[in-house]
Amino acid sequence: MQITVTVNGTAHTNDVEPRTLLVHHVREALGLTGTNVGCDTSSCGACSLHLNGEAVKSCTVLAVQADGQDITTIEGLAQDGVMHPMQTAFMENHGLQCGYCTPGMVMASISLLKENPNPTEEEVRIGLEGNLCRCTGYHNIVKSVLACASASK
Amino acid sequence: MIPAAFDYKRAESAAEAIALVGEYGEDAKFLAGGHSLLPLMKLRLAAPSVLVDIGRLSDLSYIRDAGDHIAIGALTRHMDVETSAMLKEHVPLLAHAAGHVGDPQVRHRGTIGGSIAHADSASDLPATTLALGATYVVQGASGTREIAAGDFYKGFLESDLGADEMLTEIRVPKMNGAGWSFQKFNRRAQDWAIVGVAAWSGNGGSGVGLVNMGSTPILASSVSAALASGASAADAAAQAVAEAEPQADLNASVEYRTHLAKVLVRRALEESGVA
Repeated sequence: MQITVTVNGTAHTNDVEPRTLLVHHVREALGLTGTNVGCDTSSCGACSLHLNGEAVKSCTVLAVQADGQDITTIEGLAQDGVMHPMQTAFMENHGLQCGYCTPGMVMASISLLKENPNPTEEEVRIGLEGNLCRCTGYHNIVKSVLACASASK
Repeated sequence: MIPAAFDYKRAESAAEAIALVGEYGEDAKFLAGGHSLLPLMKLRLAAPSVLVDIGRLSDLSYIRDAGDHIAIGALTRHMDVETSAMLKEHVPLLAHAAGHVGDPQVRHRGTIGGSIAHADSASDLPATTLALGATYVVQGASGTREIAAGDFYKGFLESDLGADEMLTEIRVPKMNGAGWSFQKFNRRAQDWAIVGVAAWSGNGGSGVGLVNMGSTPILASSVSAALASGASAADAAAQAVAEAEPQADLNASVEYRTHLAKVLVRRALEESGVA
């Protein structure tokens, strides 16, 4: 089936099998490998990207469901070589260790602040319940999100 | 993990969706948000040969005041139920429970109708709408019918929905200020409830729904009967498992679930304002 998705501002038209998962379409057909596959069971959040501006788990969305929709991946955040404020906050607060969960964490965190621009620490922890960090580096991830929220005030 | 191959049909209206499923029969499944169905398909526990995508039927995504009840379109996402000012005012138990489904990413995609039609006893919203005495509206080739939540759940992942019927609306009575509580016991934030309780009490009535205490969501009628005859929260909670048929799994033995249900029902009743 032919689908067109706009990814990071560019429209891509491809033939896909209906069973193709969005994460595989983005990684393999479009070559955007920043979005990771972690658990592949919609638990870990490593594959989080934005579908029409909201974080979703792209291992549990079919590419055909995204036909005609707008997608942002981690590659689409930086503008003209300048990182997104959330990426800067993760860097400055050491919000990553091995880095595998980081693209998903950053995408989920941006979506979280869009819905709740001034979260408490507890709200950040609950808001990121869908993202797992196997390094258990949650402390600095939460710190990064709070830093980004206060920098945007 | 990749699902088995299937044909994909995108419906532009409820009538078209029902006609498509009628055409392909038992092998066809509706696809809404996909957050119950796609995980099963990836594990090859489900392998429908046709998926009828109803995810774009935006006219089935709504929350309306209908007098004595709130009418919720089946394709309303969990996030929209959770944040609805109308539901927070009139059916706060349901808005709160919707905020405990999965995680934010799941709530951006999953729908209330999908969760109820999937009829998983471990899901939060089937038991919650059961406790609230909801009515489900379903549409089929031969017309529309209403099913009381209490008559809907037939077995493990089995409901009264016919193969060519689609759940279109959930009608939830207004709570009119009744006390309520939602208790979800799990070990990790985003997990299914090991045991969950949705309860309300007030205006001369009560309702208690149990999550993951049998092959279907359970209405703990004996608890409500005890409350009606003047029992305390603790005495009524002793009846928590009268209708339940808990099963053992990796998370909990039957004895543990039984104990949890009694404790959580007591807490829920106390939080609902029962003495």
